[in-house]
Amino acid sequence: MSKRFSGVVALDDVSFSLRAGETHALVGENGAGKSTLIKVLTGVYRPDAGELRLADEPVRFSRPSEAQQAGISTIYQEVNLVPLMSVARNIFLGREPRNRLGLIDFSRMHRETAALLGGFGVRADPRRPLHTLGIGTQQMVALARAVSVNAQVVIMDEPTSSLEPREVETLFRVIGDLRGRGIAVLYVSHRMDELYRICDRVTVLRDGRHIHTGDLAGLDRMQLVSMMLGRDLAEVRRAGVTNFAAEGHEAARTPVLTATGLTSRLQLHDISLSLYAGEVLGLGGLLGSGRSETAKALSGALPLDSGELTVDGTELKRLTPAAAIRAGISLLPEDRKAEGIVPGLSVRENIVLAALPRLSRGGVVSRARQDRIVEIFMKRLRIKASSPEQKVGELSGGNQQKVLLARWLCLEPKVLLLDEPTRGIDVGAKAEVQSLIDDLAREGLAVLLISSDIEELIEGADRIVVLRGGAVAGELAGDEVAEDRLLEVLADHAPAPEDNATAAQEDPR
Amino acid sequence: MNETTPAPTVPAPVSTRAPGKTAPPRPAADAGQTGRRRAAELLQRQGVLAVLLTVVIAASFIYPTFASLDNARGVTIQASFLAVVALGMTMVIITGGIDLSVGSVFALGGVLAAWASQYGFLAALLVPLTVCGAIGLLNGFLIARGNMAPFIVTLATLLGARGLLLTLTDEGATTHLVPKDSAFGELGQGSVWGFGYPILIALVLFGAGGIVLQRTSFGQTLFAVGGSSDAATLMGLPVVRTKILVYTLSGLLAGLAGALNAARLSSGVTIVGVGMELDAISAVVIGGTLLIGGAGSISGTLWGVLLLAVIQNLINQIGSLNSSYQSVVSGGFLIVVVVAQRYLARSRRTT
Amino acid sequence: MTTTTVSPPTGPAKRGAPASPLARLRDPAWYQEYGVYVAVAVVLLFNALFTDHFMTADNFRTQLVQVAPIVIVALGMALVIGTEGVDLSVGSTMALAAAFLPLYLGYGLVPALVVSLLAGAVVGAVNGTLVSLIGLQPIVATLALFVGGRGLALVMADGQLKQIVNPDLLSLGTGSFLGIPLVVLIAAVLAVAVAFLVQRTTFGRQIVAVGGNRSAAALAGLPVRRVLIGVYVLCGVLAALAGVLATARLTASDPSSLGTLMELSAITAVVVGGTPLNGGSVRVLGTVAGALLMQLLRATLVKHDLPDSTAQIAQAAIIIAAVYVARERRSR
Repeated sequence: MSKRFSGVVALDDVSFSLRAGETHALVGENGAGKSTLIKVLTGVYRPDAGELRLADEPVRFSRPSEAQQAGISTIYQEVNLVPLMSVARNIFLGREPRNRLGLIDFSRMHRETAALLGGFGVRADPRRPLHTLGIGTQQMVALARAVSVNAQVVIMDEPTSSLEPREVETLFRVIGDLRGRGIAVLYVSHRMDELYRICDRVTVLRDGRHIHTGDLAGLDRMQLVSMMLGRDLAEVRRAGVTNFAAEGHEAARTPVLTATGLTSRLQLHDISLSLYAGEVLGLGGLLGSGRSETAKALSGALPLDSGELTVDGTELKRLTPAAAIRAGISLLPEDRKAEGIVPGLSVRENIVLAALPRLSRGGVVSRARQDRIVEIFMKRLRIKASSPEQKVGELSGGNQQKVLLARWLCLEPKVLLLDEPTRGIDVGAKAEVQSLIDDLAREGLAVLLISSDIEELIEGADRIVVLRGGAVAGELAGDEVAEDRLLEVLADHAPAPEDNATAAQEDPR
Repeated sequence: MNETTPAPTVPAPVSTRAPGKTAPPRPAADAGQTGRRRAAELLQRQGVLAVLLTVVIAASFIYPTFASLDNARGVTIQASFLAVVALGMTMVIITGGIDLSVGSVFALGGVLAAWASQYGFLAALLVPLTVCGAIGLLNGFLIARGNMAPFIVTLATLLGARGLLLTLTDEGATTHLVPKDSAFGELGQGSVWGFGYPILIALVLFGAGGIVLQRTSFGQTLFAVGGSSDAATLMGLPVVRTKILVYTLSGLLAGLAGALNAARLSSGVTIVGVGMELDAISAVVIGGTLLIGGAGSISGTLWGVLLLAVIQNLINQIGSLNSSYQSVVSGGFLIVVVVAQRYLARSRRTT
Repeated sequence: MTTTTVSPPTGPAKRGAPASPLARLRDPAWYQEYGVYVAVAVVLLFNALFTDHFMTADNFRTQLVQVAPIVIVALGMALVIGTEGVDLSVGSTMALAAAFLPLYLGYGLVPALVVSLLAGAVVGAVNGTLVSLIGLQPIVATLALFVGGRGLALVMADGQLKQIVNPDLLSLGTGSFLGIPLVVLIAAVLAVAVAFLVQRTTFGRQIVAVGGNRSAAALAGLPVRRVLIGVYVLCGVLAALAGVLATARLTASDPSSLGTLMELSAITAVVVGGTPLNGGSVRVLGTVAGALLMQLLRATLVKHDLPDSTAQIAQAAIIIAAVYVARERRSR
């Protein structure tokens, strides 16, 4: 069984093959092209060039139903089922069993569902609406649907990201069953432990390019992580360094922001960190480790189950975005389009959006004051727009990002949380943003920097807190802030609690 | 919500309120929570029926004239036309859409039927169905293929259909009459045990609608499209085709209801149907169908329609109240129902 | 992963320099921006050439007086649509305001006016609360008051039409200032005020931001709920005012028919004026032009002895065209 394509914009000449009965890992950081690849395989997108062969027959899918009929089924990271419909209906949607009258045969449907789920060790009433089940069970239902269509290939996109350890075990057992039945599994995950436990081979993608395919057993974790992050090729590709100054910053003695015990169900576990004025604190971790969630929690945008946040010695009582902003915390969100810009508004308006109340008298906005601020920041951040009145939606990604930075900077914050500030922007803008971060820290701002770009993190941060599985896995300071140390902590499989203890018992591999 | 057996085709006896399902096995730990969820579910599913029955029983004691067979005939025949329109609306709303054009299409169907009735029974049915179906098809096409908002597309066809109606009637000056003693007229005026044919037709359609919704792949796809359009696409369901079909169906049903109404009135009255789309939506929402789509039932809509009709009838019975109280009460019901739904949905979702 | 997309069928990046006029005519965005003004101009030109007695002061006065209430309601509707909402209850709000008027006219014009507008504000507050706090869809939330509001108005008025004799109120409907009918003046002043509100005030900019990207607005610390409630209240007050003015012009309070189908006319004006239904922009001048276009179109057809039916079909076609143009715009 082999699949080939090339020339897709987000996917450049990627070829790999999937053997019957193997579990194949697909890894890569954000923007590596994994999602695109999956969507091509499942018929959501059509490749611009290249071909797809299934059991040596060239196939062409123009819509998802065709891929499913051909025997490729998928379970997605976010459960892609219909929450209000029952378990059985979800599993059989589009291919319900009929009785003699041509009507849906519910008793058969419920029976088969119970049998199917029973095979996975899941006991759930087939009649229950899906949304009343736990996320893990829902994921199992998705899996049951995927398997029950006589699939030859099952694609799993981060299936464990919302599962409890016990549910992960069930999933792995099911994958084992599939392997036994000669079904190929394409397994996408960032959790090293999982990959090494269940996958036979691995394919690494980066920036839409195929980097490596090979047996997983002979591959060292450090090697795998460095391939994902592109460190080996970095010198060649980027000819050197980021735009961060070589020396660090003078950090203050008392923290401007202290977080203790931030906890949010299934996302964050007891995260504590302090941020000092004048430093750049890096937040490291692989995708899904809880970096963005931590930043959101600090800015009041993620509801917390417990935890405290103190700014300049005052505890924030009701943590909302507005309260955090008043306290001087600003978040540059990861998803620029969905959570950052208001595309229909002008550059000027996007910059002053959060500062509007401060720029107005009696509710009437002072245009002169706006223009003054906008001019200062457009000049300082070198925002390239035809005029301040151009719509932000028409700007390049880099300039949009600078507009958002300006939005927060004009509030004169004490703490700036930057979630992937340089992702998806061009090289020039990237360098500018990086040196800006440097300047800001030098001016006494406390900066939290999240980046998947390991070079950016190492060179930009004075100190790095590394997260894994929504908890703090380690902290690097001073000389430790170096690539090999970071890779070590990232790849570390020093047992995370219980998760691995059970794993070791059941699967000695 | 989706787990009801097919909608009963006749106003059901009280006993159907207790679903005769065996309790499924589940961990004892969340039994209390599950119990609350079950109660919420039951309330959401059968709450309207309970209210309807309460109102009917109470009214029967207080107003002896209400409980008479004659009055029951009157109420149900009044409700039957709205019921047929609301049936189509239910399906549209289950897909997460809305069809504002039904009122105009209803009136248009009546006028067309009355005009075509001079050419015989078949023509009187086929002409309105064809034209109204075509309007529905246009709606569906613009919405599903053109990716335009259902609200505004059907708003435009609301105006367009009324324009077409006025064209056909010399700006409303001409009223086409259904020939006396024609088979078509009989369709609207004839009755079985005093219950008019339109009532029977509505019941048959509701039965068929319930079966389609609950027991066919098309029905399941409606729920899936409304529940999560993206998931439906990824599961390989024919989303576009389903949407086009459901708007066509809504047009057809509105046209049919209009034709039946014309047969009953013996003429194609041009001023009917104004605001009917909103009555239909109210009935559907009161019946427990979620306006965001993905959940709903045909039987609930039937109870919703009947509840509105009973309220109207009662206010007529209470001589001292003028008929405007009806809309106050309906509007009040609507608020209570949607707010209650919102909270029930919330309490069901939190796990 | 969110940053990758596989060559969707969008065009190349936005053209930098303004293209030639001809190329502009092929750009749907241009139509959304200016189409409504062009259409108004075309209708006027057509009438100047082919319609007798159209370009007269008298005719314009009639047309403007007729369109004024629609404009006032549409202004509020435009604000609501700017937040990605819709308000179906405006017609009922007009009726409610009209029903309150005769009850309090005994105390003089001002108290009656205040009570009527207050009724509109209450309707708006209920709508806004249902939308922002309870989280209902705007269509359902406002449907309830659409149904109940008129009923309430009829109950209060006892279902009867009441003659208005208060000279102050009547002069509001029929009086004029410098030859311009008061109703038209009020609509014009309100249009300017709403334009100012949208363009120059914190609240106005927050409306647009909430409609343009609600989660970004929330993350930027904007008071999303307060903005939503405020918008619906404003819409309710404007609708109530339109109800008062229409009543004054009719010289009678008629809650049973005043403002019927007003929600449709208002939505049509807003949409034809180029305000996208998915929020994020409020085009005040466009909305006024949209209402004018529909009014002039109808008047033109009537003057040429074309029936009302043609006007309705034409209206339907224009709405579809306006939404189609907006749709093209959104996908790029």
